[in-house]
Amino acid sequence: MFANQIGYYSLILGLLLSFLLCGVSIKDFKNSSKYINQNILFLSFLQLTLVIVSFLSLIWSFIKSDFSNETVFNNSHTTKPLFYKISGTWGNHEGSLLLWLLVLTLFIFIFLIKSREQPKKYKILTLLFQQIIIIGFFLFVLMTSNPFNYLFPIPTEGLGLNPILQDPALAIHPPILYLGYVGTSIIFSSSLAAVTQNYVSKEWGQHIKKWVLISWIFLTIGIMLGSIWAYYELGWGGFWFWDPVENVSLMPWLTLTALLHCIVVLERRASLTSWVVILSITTFTLSMCGTFLVRSGILNSVHTFANDPARGIFILIFLFILIVLSLGVFFLFHKENNKNLNNFFWLSKETSILINNWFMMYFLSVVLIGTVYPIFLDVISGHKISVGPPFYQKLIVPFLVPFLLFMSLGPRLKWIKSKIENKKTIIITFIISVMLTFFIIKNLTTDLLFYTVLVSAAFFLFFTTLKEFFVKRFNNISQTVAHFGFSLLILSILFNNFLSSEIITNIKIGEKYSYNKGEIFFKKIEERKESNFNSIIAYFEIKDGNGKTVELKPEIRIYNQPIIITSEADIKTTLLEDKFLVMNLVKGNEYFNIRYQIKPFMIWIWISVLLLSLGGLMNLFKRRYEKEV
Amino acid sequence: MKFLKIFIIILLFTGFSQLRSDEKNNELKNKILKNIRCLICQGQSVYDSESDFAASIKLIVDRKINEGMKEESIYEFLRDKYGDWIIYDPKISKNTYVLWLLPLLLFFAGGAIILKKTNLKK
Amino acid sequence: MKKKFNLFIIIIFLSFSFVIFYKGLNNSNTYTPQIIDKKNIPIFKAKDFNSSAYVDSEKIFKEDIFYVVNIWASWCVPCRIEHPLLMELSKIQSLKLIGFNYRDNQINAKNFIIEFGNPYSKILIDNDGILAIEFGAYGVPETFVIDKNKKIIRKFVGPLNQEIVDEIKLIVK
Repeated sequence: MFANQIGYYSLILGLLLSFLLCGVSIKDFKNSSKYINQNILFLSFLQLTLVIVSFLSLIWSFIKSDFSNETVFNNSHTTKPLFYKISGTWGNHEGSLLLWLLVLTLFIFIFLIKSREQPKKYKILTLLFQQIIIIGFFLFVLMTSNPFNYLFPIPTEGLGLNPILQDPALAIHPPILYLGYVGTSIIFSSSLAAVTQNYVSKEWGQHIKKWVLISWIFLTIGIMLGSIWAYYELGWGGFWFWDPVENVSLMPWLTLTALLHCIVVLERRASLTSWVVILSITTFTLSMCGTFLVRSGILNSVHTFANDPARGIFILIFLFILIVLSLGVFFLFHKENNKNLNNFFWLSKETSILINNWFMMYFLSVVLIGTVYPIFLDVISGHKISVGPPFYQKLIVPFLVPFLLFMSLGPRLKWIKSKIENKKTIIITFIISVMLTFFIIKNLTTDLLFYTVLVSAAFFLFFTTLKEFFVKRFNNISQTVAHFGFSLLILSILFNNFLSSEIITNIKIGEKYSYNKGEIFFKKIEERKESNFNSIIAYFEIKDGNGKTVELKPEIRIYNQPIIITSEADIKTTLLEDKFLVMNLVKGNEYFNIRYQIKPFMIWIWISVLLLSLGGLMNLFKRRYEKEV
Repeated sequence: MKFLKIFIIILLFTGFSQLRSDEKNNELKNKILKNIRCLICQGQSVYDSESDFAASIKLIVDRKINEGMKEESIYEFLRDKYGDWIIYDPKISKNTYVLWLLPLLLFFAGGAIILKKTNLKK
Repeated sequence: MKKKFNLFIIIIFLSFSFVIFYKGLNNSNTYTPQIIDKKNIPIFKAKDFNSSAYVDSEKIFKEDIFYVVNIWASWCVPCRIEHPLLMELSKIQSLKLIGFNYRDNQINAKNFIIEFGNPYSKILIDNDGILAIEFGAYGVPETFVIDKNKKIIRKFVGPLNQEIVDEIKLIVK
């Protein structure tokens, strides 16, 4: 009961505090003192605290199953385990917006305390731009998506949380993803601030790079967690479906990766300033655009949240205000660099980063156009089409070949002007890659030419980065780790694709099914009762080609609130392959339908994404060990 | 005796090639099913979906492959009944020229800009 | 000059996108297949519900009359709700009702007919749902109106209501 009040009024106070903060900041801006008014830090901290209090009140209401709160009623149930009651707080539209506010206020506060050496006016402007975003979200929450609405009479039971969301990976996926996704707000705000102050320079680059890295690392891991969840919970062993919600998280990742590389150029050579600012604006804009697409009900997807056009209109207007504002600032204040600095020699590190941008922007355009085109077509002509995996694969995969090659050669180039050293080694590595590829895949696929080219390119990057571990050692190791991780990612995905196999069949208890490599034995079933579901657990023994037996226990769960039947796969993971077994009921039959998949190298996909993030993390701490060395 | 051996060998070989063509058919079937949207669970492909509609579609696709119908014709058959929406791969038609060409156009435009901006001279 | 031109293009593009997204919000995001042009009814063979013999589609739709095809099942709750309206339609002389019994158990279906009445001049069995797909249906209940040229002219997804029944009455006059 009280939690509702506390939560609600904290939000109102938070909003009022935004206005106060703006006022105090503007006044301090005009003030000639070199140091920022300490009150501003205090007020920012206060705002953060209020949002935390509000968030905790909502969590408390969920824990206590306080159904006088409409959000709790809609998304929870007394029999839900405690862990999922808590994670249910942010598993819905209203609660996740509190998470948005939390990250927005947290990041600006940390920014202020970690930027003591930065120019005062720049810090204040960053705060002001961030407050515009924060005010927008406070208004959005209070006007259209209040998590603290009252219900009277108080229901005795809630509607429950969709069982497929009751999962550990999905519980932590939003917080981690948001730290990345929403964290790009600080990059947005500070870039605009830097532009107005003509501060887009080497020093600023060094300062903002930490923030770009932090957002990037969280975004990468957040996307990976979502994929892992999809792998074992949805879609029978797939991990990426080019679903609009997935695309929407991928787009800021692409621009953020491009931004990361541009910051490197900015740091060293003080050029590509326009790119940096535009990419900063674009990344956060894409985050906002993504929020719009998945919360307004405009797109059709398994993952979409709220389906409310009124909310959609609010975000749409808010989004366009931000775009107009940021573009306005850019056009008014951005000063073109010394012309010479932007004309690069064709064979140089700067150019290779430009080429990286080029490819990233292309991939971005494919994903963006693929996701929003059906909306445009529908509104203009009424014709409804679907854009799914074949579109994205056809347009992206071929371009991976030159991309991987550029990625192998780029890091070898020096700044300003370079020559290609060790041409012989490069050619030998290339030939080895091609030959190795050919011998491995010639029996695996019918599209031999295309895949030979693609896999060779991936191996070329793999060997090149591997060599750099020995040649460069700790010099720029973060880059080597990240690029190596990327080559491993492409290789794992490709080989997983070639070598995966699947058996679909109907089987009875006690029956044995033979396939070309081994045998599946349906031993028995057991029934089990948990707090909010009943389950049927099936015991299977699977003998593979080597005579080894493994036990898999897929489940069928019948949840009580809402009444939903789900299939839970059982997966046995080894470094070599995943064995994936899922079971379904066949209507009115004593047969069960099973899908058994063997998926080689599955875990390497996750390992390689972790390597990517590790590279980013290493760069974050680079200063420290570089100083020590 | 010899006749029996030859008979068995021939049997094995035909069995073998049957397996091969079954595998290929299966691959093709799965490829097609992954490209069809389920109308009941609208976020899933027919391959992933367990709905009644998906089950019927799987049956129809199976029959049509066995009848020898080509992949593109199967898609046409379904588009005729349910509209373009049901197939994940957007057909290249006047409705989708922009969809397919715009990214490529942007790619080449980007390439042109880079060429302009980088010096080939010293 | 170039800057201003770029700015102009961006403003046009943004305004265009804004309008599109705004309008897109009001469109439904779930897909219902619509009838665009009138198609001929598919040619098929199906099992008759009562006689269990196979019948040709040409023989089923042979009269010079309107046909209304209704896909139903005994386990489908909305089908019960629309059933009285089907009984009402069955009284109209200018049309004949053909029922497709979709993925059903024959005994349950027979009981359904006995309990609620039989509006159909013929019932066909569609145990694997293939007949429904031939007609472009994807669920239960769905109803199709077929004109005298043997073309599918109207489709109704979901249970019938009085409005739809009135519309059908107008069509078949």
